[in-house]
Parts: sequence; structure tokens; C-alpha cells
Amino acid sequence: MKKLLALVLAVMMLVPAFALADNTIRIGVFEPSTGDNGAGGKQEILGIEYANSVAPTVNIGGEEYTVELVIEDNQSLTDKAISAAQSLVSKDVAVVLGSYGSGVSMAGGDVFAEAGVPAIGVSCTNPNVTLLCDYYWRICFLDPFQGTVMANFAKELGATKAYVLTMLGEDYGVGLGKYFVEAFKALGGEVVEENFTEGTSDFAAYINNAASNGCDVMFAPCATTYAALIIDQAAAQGISFPILAGDTWENSAILNAAKGKDIKVYCSTFFDENDDAAAAASFVSGFKAWLNADSSKLTNNGGNDIVAAVSALGFDAYNVALAAITAAGSADPAAIAEALPGVTYEGVTGAIAFDDVGDAKKDMAYIKFANPETGAFDFVKTQSVAE
Amino acid sequence: MKKGNMRLIISLLVVAALYAGGFLIEHTAGSKSMVVTVLQKGAVYALIAVSMNLLNGFTGLFSLGQAGFMLVGAYAYAILTIPMAKRAAVYQYYDGGWVQFTVGVLPALLVAGLVAALFAALIGMPVLRLKGDYLAIATLGFAEIIRAIVQWDTIGPLTNGSNLLKTYPTLKNIMPGNTVLFTFLVVGVCIGLILLLINSTYGRAFKAIRDDEVAAEAMGINLFRHKQMAFVVSSFFAGIGGALLAMYQGSLQANSFKSAMTYEILLIVVIGGLGSVSGSVMASFLFIACSEWWLRFLDAETMLGNVQVPLLAPGFRMVVFSVVIMVVVLFFRKGIMGTRELWELGNRRQAKGGRKS
Amino acid sequence: MFDTLLPYLLAGISVGGQYAMIAVGYTLVYGILRLINFAHGDIFTAAGFFMIYLTASLPIGLSIPLVIILTVALGFVVERVAYKPLRSAPRMSIMISAIGVSYLLQNLMWYITGGLAKQYPVLPFLSQTIRLGSATTKLVTIITPLLTVGLVVALVMLINHTKIGMAMRAVSVDFETSQLMGIKINSVISVTFVIGSAMAAIGSLLYFTNYTAVTPTVGAMPGLKAFVAAVFGGIGSIPGAMIGALIIGICENLIKAAGLTAFSDAFTFALLIVVLLFRPTGLFGEKTTDKV
Repeated sequence: MKKLLALVLAVMMLVPAFALADNTIRIGVFEPSTGDNGAGGKQEILGIEYANSVAPTVNIGGEEYTVELVIEDNQSLTDKAISAAQSLVSKDVAVVLGSYGSGVSMAGGDVFAEAGVPAIGVSCTNPNVTLLCDYYWRICFLDPFQGTVMANFAKELGATKAYVLTMLGEDYGVGLGKYFVEAFKALGGEVVEENFTEGTSDFAAYINNAASNGCDVMFAPCATTYAALIIDQAAAQGISFPILAGDTWENSAILNAAKGKDIKVYCSTFFDENDDAAAAASFVSGFKAWLNADSSKLTNNGGNDIVAAVSALGFDAYNVALAAITAAGSADPAAIAEALPGVTYEGVTGAIAFDDVGDAKKDMAYIKFANPETGAFDFVKTQSVAE
Repeated sequence: MKKGNMRLIISLLVVAALYAGGFLIEHTAGSKSMVVTVLQKGAVYALIAVSMNLLNGFTGLFSLGQAGFMLVGAYAYAILTIPMAKRAAVYQYYDGGWVQFTVGVLPALLVAGLVAALFAALIGMPVLRLKGDYLAIATLGFAEIIRAIVQWDTIGPLTNGSNLLKTYPTLKNIMPGNTVLFTFLVVGVCIGLILLLINSTYGRAFKAIRDDEVAAEAMGINLFRHKQMAFVVSSFFAGIGGALLAMYQGSLQANSFKSAMTYEILLIVVIGGLGSVSGSVMASFLFIACSEWWLRFLDAETMLGNVQVPLLAPGFRMVVFSVVIMVVVLFFRKGIMGTRELWELGNRRQAKGGRKS
Repeated sequence: MFDTLLPYLLAGISVGGQYAMIAVGYTLVYGILRLINFAHGDIFTAAGFFMIYLTASLPIGLSIPLVIILTVALGFVVERVAYKPLRSAPRMSIMISAIGVSYLLQNLMWYITGGLAKQYPVLPFLSQTIRLGSATTKLVTIITPLLTVGLVVALVMLINHTKIGMAMRAVSVDFETSQLMGIKINSVISVTFVIGSAMAAIGSLLYFTNYTAVTPTVGAMPGLKAFVAAVFGGIGSIPGAMIGALIIGICENLIKAAGLTAFSDAFTFALLIVVLLFRPTGLFGEKTTDKV
């Protein structure tokens, strides 16, 4: 038994790492496809896959390289994210895209930094993703911005007292909540803050708290799993004030939960599919055709062909990565990391250029309303922060 | 006596060979390789599993609080070692936090163990009077309470609330290039200390309590004191194990120290054999290698030619894994080693006949 | 004052009633096998998934009985496969087996569902919204406590007045002697698991009508709380489990009302430890007549 074990161990150790075919470059996709954020993560992967189908090769120093996507599921959990990141690194990816969710990005960031592999954050909005990691860049706006936008919007809706509900241990929601609170207080509003723990299903008491404290708006940035429960229970308790949230709520799960109910749900997001800029329009029509051609892709998108903002960001992230590889003229992660800060790219979600920390300079958010009658998102307005 | 000396020498040689092996593998396979990951994480889990075995296997106390003590150790380590320059960014919502100094890695490791031991001493006083499954559920409850307290916003300036802790020294920057060696050294010293304890009079008292509490008490063993001691020592090493896990992970969040983590460690202990230190060590490496590396292909949708291989999809790995565990639990109840140790195999085999598995 | 508290009380009684349904399974099994059936919460979750997959193709009227049958079958199989072979093994082994089953069921459900939350179907009658004084709520909130009390009364009758109930009581008092008296231990134990699983299935119907998302780990916390309720009420006592569950449900909601939301789960465990230390037999532990 022992000898056998030793033999098996020895053989396993000798199994070589994946051999790379000639002229192939690997791009790692670090996304949740299971867990609380699985639904959104899948949409982000779809955007990246679509981008890969549009531009399957990249030119490096005069030679065409085929791009191979290596997709690893981080399960929406910070501890699982570390092994997913290690698995990507061990497969010799040149650059990593992802993730949906800030906590997993922050956890995976260390692994990428230690291995010297640059990572491009797609929709992780917490400032610390890039601030505490030298190998992370990002192409979306940040939570201090998003929180302020939503606070302004809440004020415009006429709210004076906000109820802020976030999940303990979720860096995205907790962070966004804090920035919202800061901004809302600065605008002269009052705030009641509460947290729920992971795995909570009973939100009745939280909603009662909001109502009994006399709040007239609720801000609840959290994963879609909980969002659906909150919306359902708020509707059951006859809540009349609007519920606001951040970018994660732009998802079919929200539409399904709100459909047919007497409830007002708004969220902010990165992109609107009715954007009439040329790049955006051609992306939307191409992406819809690509989705509708394959039923399994349609299922992953939530069962319809509504273009999620995270898909558009995924598309942009892939192209930024290609631009960086071209600029570096090399498949070496170190060279790509050096070239990335200088990359500028005109994406479907707007122009992308990085600042010193590694964040894209973006200053516009789209506010959308989950229409309970049509079961679709209605575009409300674009909002930026007046400095 | 001579034979004993021989065995000691052989054991030391084996340990030295393991260290050399770890060192060589890291230098040949490169730090990106999964082998290195498995060796690091496996070693950390080995320490935690052995610490749990000390309670569950050697003293017969069915405790399910390990994750809670790991959490305490990991947080103590991280809080003490985050560099001053980074504190403002890490504690971004709490104005840089209360702790405004840093200590070295090794003192912090020690403190991690001590803080976990202190918690254990406090919790042990009431809880250790309970028996059997009541003890299990009470320790499980305490682990959950600790997790809730750590995440409490009011002590956020200390623990950063429920948010991620980062930028503390990780394995990579403590001994650059020799991460495996460092882990092996710390874990080796800790397991060595546990072995010394097990082979002392205290250890024999633990085993007596496990085998028959009433008889042990009749022999003049102070039940409560010995149980308390096993509990505190086990938690001390669980705390150090938690700190090592934090170093390995590079970032830390209370949310991941759920009861599921305790269950995983318990299953490792069972696979290795309740009451066998070497069994726990082997089972840890096996468990980590399977879950992080060898079985990963089960999660990937694979095409063989044009045919999609059936069943392979995300999550299948864990299903196979848990079926294997159930088979061990039901049919190989003694696990890999039973209550024996690797170095005892030679002489016991003749005495007791064949071994299981 | 009452107006502000009413919604919390309603939610507490409702969720407490649902915990009670799960707690009955724990208390019955513990009474007979002295086993904390860690997998019970996962059987509860499985019942939720059965409903989701069945209603995808069948009408709700047919799905509900099928859900109960499938859940009962699952409980039965778990007992036969994972606990029966260990009947003579030390208690620790059988508890480890229970943890293993829980791990297996969670991973299996994760695999089948892809780890994503599934939306529970709307049960037309239970999901109706009603107004009650100052509070608006779903009809299930009112029905749960009534149904719970009804089922618990029926169960107590069963245990006190039928032959199988007598056998269950005998086994719980003395395993070996009752075997000698000609009681078929294995079938008694199976019946225990069948009743426990059926109650869990009914509990899941009520619970998920209120909280409409089902994930593979959703049953873990209610399961643990139900176990605490069973201990609190005096393990082995069915009315005790129900009252314990109602108290826990209400306290949990009141704690959230007081703004200590982070501690609502921790409170349950603190209560458990206090009960274990100061009154290990629970509220109704000594009343042997209720024991099964």
C-alpha cells in the first residue's frame, strides 16, 4: 500500500505541465460560474468568449498567435479563488481577465502578483483591487464613484432617509455601501445601516426595520441570489419606497423577481444596450446574433438575449488584453505587464486609459429601472458626479 | 534500546529526506507549479489535522471548533504583521485601525497560537464538562460565535470587520524561493512538539481518558485538567495552523472559516486514522493533492474526439471526492493508519498480523 | 408599540414553525439513535430542489405529494446506506458518517444545479398577500403555525397511541432490551427517518414559499437552528422541539429588530450553550411520556 502510494505520488509529480502548442498564447479567465455571483460571472465570460470569437488571433512581433482561453471557476468565494488563481498561473497564462466580484479579485490578486502575471479587472469595483496589488488593472468605474452616483440619484428621487443593507464579508457590497453612506450624508440625508450574514434567506426583519425607521429609500448592493429574496419579500410586505443597488443587480434574476410585483427597483451600471455609438451598436447586434445561435449560451445569459453591461465589459477587457499583448510584442507576462499602463483603447463601454493606480478613468454611470410589467430594464438616465 | 536508537536515526533521516525533497521540488518545478502549492497547503493542513487529531483521536474529545481557533490565529497573525504603510489602505473604512505597530513574523506566529490557546482556555472551562455529541455541537456553536464577533462592525478597527485583510507577509516574502522549506520547518517543529506531548505521561493520560474515562479517573488522572490541557494545546497549534494558512493564502476573510472547513479537517483526520499522527499528515497531502490538483480534470468539460465526456462538469470533482470519503468512513473505518504510526509498522505487524488497507 | 412589533412577531412565528418541522426530525432520530443527523438540513434542501425540478414539468397538485415521497425515500436511503452499517460502531463513527453524508448531499446538489440559486415555484394559495392589522404578509405566515401545531399533535397521538409509536418509545428507552422483546429495530428506525423526512418536506414547502431562493447550502443554517431548538426543548420531546423552535424564531427576529443583525445566528448558538450548561435536559426533557 505504502509503496504503491509512493509510486502513484511519484508518477503524478512527473506529469508535465500543459505543453503549449506553437504560436498559441493563453489568456486566463478568472470568473465565478457557480456560487452567489455565478449568474453574473457567466455573463461576463460570455462577453469574453464572444470577443475571442471575433478576434481569435493576435499579432506578436509579426507572427499570428492563436488565443486560447483558459477558464477557471472561482466559485464566488475568496478561499476558492486562491486555488483557482494558482491553477491558472500553473497553466502558464500570459494575462488574466476577471473577476466579477471584488473580494475574489483581491484574493486572487496576490497569486497573480507573485507569479508576475498581469490581471485586468472587468467589473470589480472596490478600490483596493488595484490599490493593494501592483499587477491588477481595471476597466470599469470604482465604488466611490458609483456610491456617489447612487446617493445623488436617491436624493433626486426625493429621499431623505436611506436604509443601507449589505452582506457581511462581501467586499464589494460593504465597500459600495460605505461610499453611498458617505455621499448621502454629505447631501444632508440620514442613514440606517445594517448587515446580513452569508446564506440568509429571511429578510423580513430587515425590511421591517427599514419601514419602521421611516426610511424612504433602500440601498442594497449585494449578490443577485439575495437580491431576488429581498425584492420578493419587500413586495410581499407591501414596501412602497424604491430599492436601489449597484451594478450586480443588472441581471435577469432581478427582472424575474420584480416581474408582476408592485415594486420599484433601480440599479446603476456600466453600459446600455441601446447606446447608439457605432462601436456599441455593432457589439450589441453581433453579440445578440452570437447568443441566439447557441441555446446553451442563451441559458448562461439568463434565458434571454438582453445584453448585460458585464458582457460588454468582458468584451472590452479581452480587447484591452490583445492591445497590451500587441504593444508588448511578446507573450511574456512581464513584458505585457510593462506595456499595459500605456494602452489606450476605444471600447464599447467608452474610452479606456489607465491612471497611476491602474484604474480606467471612467466618469459615467447608466441608471436603469427594472420594469415589472415588461420584465426588462428601462434606461432612466446617465449620471456623472459633478465635481 | 539499540533498536530504538536505530529507529530514531531512520526517522530523522526520513524527515531530512522530506525536507530535502521539498527543497529540491521547489527549485526544479518552479514556483508556478501546482506541486509547490500542494506541498505548501498540504503541510499547513497536516499541522491542523494533527492538532485536531490530538483532541479527537488521542483524547477522545469530539470537538468541532477547529475552524474557530484557526480563525483567531489567522487574524492575530495578520493584524499584527500588516506593514504600517499599508494599514490606511487595508483599514480603509476604519481610519487605519487601532493597531498602530507591527511585529515580526515569528513572534506574530507565536502570538497567534497563544491567542487561540487563550480563547480555548476560556471556552474550555464551561464546554469541556459536556460529553460526546453535546461537546461537538457546543464547540461548533462557539466557532460560529467567534466568527460573528470577528465580523462585528464595532470592533472593525481591530479586525477590519468582515472585509478582506491583505498585505501582511506571506510565504513568498518570508523566505523567497524557499516557501516549501519554511512551511515544512514550522509545521515540522509543531508536529514534533505534539509528538513529544503524546509520548509523555500527559499523552498516556490522554489515551487513558479516550479509552475509558471512569477507569482513567480511578487511576488518579484529573479528567478536567487533562481535557483542558489537550483542548488548549490543540487550539494553540490550530491557531498557528490558521496563521500559516493566512500566509499561504495571501488574503484573509472570516467568512471562509465556516463549519464546512472543520468538517473537511475532520474528514482528513478520519481518512488518516483517528489516533495516528503520521496518518493525518499523509491524509492531508493526499486530500489537498486530490482536491487542488489531480481531480481537477473532473471539473472541466472535456471533448474526446467529437464526443463530450459524460458527467464531467463543474462540481463533479467534489461529488467523486465525497463518495470516496463516504466509502472510507463506511468500509475502511480505520483509515490509512488506524491508531498506528508509520515508524511502528515494522514491529507491530508481526505482533498483530496484517494491517488494514 | 405593538404595531411596530407585529411584523417581527409574525415573521418569527412563521419561521419558528418552519424550524419546528425540521426539529421534529432531529429530535425523533436523536431520541432513538442518539445521533445528531447532520444530513437532515440537507434533506430539507433536497426537498426544495425536488419541488423546483418537478414543477418544471408537472402541475403543482401532483408535485407536492411527489416531493414528499421523494424526500422520504431519500431519508430512508440515507439511513440504510450510511447509518445502518455502523449500528454497532462507536458513536463518533456514526456522527462522522452523518457529516460525510451532509458533505456528499451538498456537493451533489451543487453539481446538479451548477451551484446557482434556483427560484422556487409560486404556490398559488400560500403565496397570496394578505393584510393583518398594520402588517402585510404572505398567507403562508399565518398557515405555518397552525399546520405545525396540527402535525405535532397528530405525531404525539401516533407515538402515544399506536403500536409503532409504542415500539419507538421502547427503542428509545433501551435499544437492546426492546430488540430482545421482539421489536424489529431496523423497521422502527426506518419509520423514524420516514416521519422526520416527511416533516422536513412539508417544512420546505412552507419555508421556500416565504424565502424563494434555493441554493445547495441553504438548509445548513435552518438545520443547525432546528437542532438547537430540539436541544432547547429537551431532545426527544416533540412538543418541546416545537416550542423551542418557535422561541428561537421569534427571538431571532426581535434581535434583528433591535439592530443587532450580525448576531442573530450567533444568538442561537449562545442559547444552545447556555441551555447545555445549565439545563442539559432542555425545557421538557424530564417528561419521559413524550419521549420517543
